[in-house]
Amino acid sequence: MNRINLTTPLSGDVVDNLRIGQRVSLNGIIYTGRDAAHKRLIEYIDQRKELPFDLKGQVIYYVGPSPARPGRVIGAAGPTTSGRMDLYAPKLYALGLKATIGKGRRSPDVIRAMQQHKGVYLAALGGAAALIARSIKEARVIAYPDLGPEAIYELVVEDFPAIVVNDILGRDLYDESIKLYSDS
Amino acid sequence: MLAGFQKAYEQEISVNGKEIIQQLLMNAEIAREERIPICQDTGFAVVFIELGQDVRIVGGDFYKAINDGVRKGYAEGYLRKSIVSHPLERENTGDNTPAVIHTKIVPGENLRLIVAPKGGGSENMSAVKMLKPSEGVEGLKKFIVEVVKTAGPNPCPPVVVGVGVGGTFEKAAQLSKEALLRDLGEKSKYSDIAKLEEEILEEINRLGIGPQGLGGKITALAVHIEIYPTHIASLPVAVNLNCHAARHKEAVL
Repeated sequence: MNRINLTTPLSGDVVDNLRIGQRVSLNGIIYTGRDAAHKRLIEYIDQRKELPFDLKGQVIYYVGPSPARPGRVIGAAGPTTSGRMDLYAPKLYALGLKATIGKGRRSPDVIRAMQQHKGVYLAALGGAAALIARSIKEARVIAYPDLGPEAIYELVVEDFPAIVVNDILGRDLYDESIKLYSDS
Repeated sequence: MLAGFQKAYEQEISVNGKEIIQQLLMNAEIAREERIPICQDTGFAVVFIELGQDVRIVGGDFYKAINDGVRKGYAEGYLRKSIVSHPLERENTGDNTPAVIHTKIVPGENLRLIVAPKGGGSENMSAVKMLKPSEGVEGLKKFIVEVVKTAGPNPCPPVVVGVGVGGTFEKAAQLSKEALLRDLGEKSKYSDIAKLEEEILEEINRLGIGPQGLGGKITALAVHIEIYPTHIASLPVAVNLNCHAARHKEAVL
């Protein structure tokens, strides 16, 4: 199936045109962040402290990778459940974040925030952590090393595969998909 | 597990679903080649111990030895350290300890250890409910299917559904985890329960959630039910979901 190539940081035009169900390939820099890092990012925003990276046009990947073996870039690096970041996500989209990558459903609040601030949510293949790690070419911790696997990494990715689950129109791929196959 | 994926691939009707199962098979192959985990969440170390009553453990602290083993395994295996020391303060212990340890005394002179690392994503979508006895089989089915439906794409379907029925509140929960230790698709030894497992699996696979929640037939690979006698007033049921990365390993000493 055809994939749409996306290069980060993402421009508004490109994101506006993405639609649910489209397959994408991400290239460039993306940032990792999960529960503990999000809690801290929001604290920094509330206290008007400088963030470890500029959110504008950026992509956050919800992942806590396993450690790299010597000589390797990273260990296993598949998506974690996005719903746990729902409380934090609207604020980040409002500050210019363009996309998040994870697995599983987003809350109505997050879907509304994406509509309002023109962002998207992408799903990566949960549990395909070895396969996904192949598209990560560089990895370094840029903030919060004390959080261990929850530190913020800057990742350089090539052809990182994902699928558009929520677009700027407020639609939801999970809802649409289940309708097609449910017979109960 | 790989045989389970193959069967799921054949049965899946959605193109997306088939492609996902294929990618999961590819993922397993890459993980083996490159010696990295199939999933970055290498879990809470849940250890089941069957201690033969004729065994005497001499010197040292048995539970400390298990935690030392977990520490060593997670460090040397380059596995992720996913445990926080206090549920509210949430500071990472840095070595994936402590383990959750379940001990059972059994006849004999063997010591059997089963390690079943449990991922957080699917654990979070699990649930316990105290049904009324009058709700019976229908109530039981309804609750199990509802748990899987509510979980939707979150626990990385296709899932394995572990169910504990009976006992007390905590007994049901423990049974549901033990149910996950069974080899994939191995039926209950009770014929009525084995039939129920099949019926519930069919019902779950009519939900349409499919692999990764992107639509399809194979939402669950198997339903395993364990039962225990219960109180005249009670019908406890626990559903413990496991993602498709259902890992366990055992050793007998």
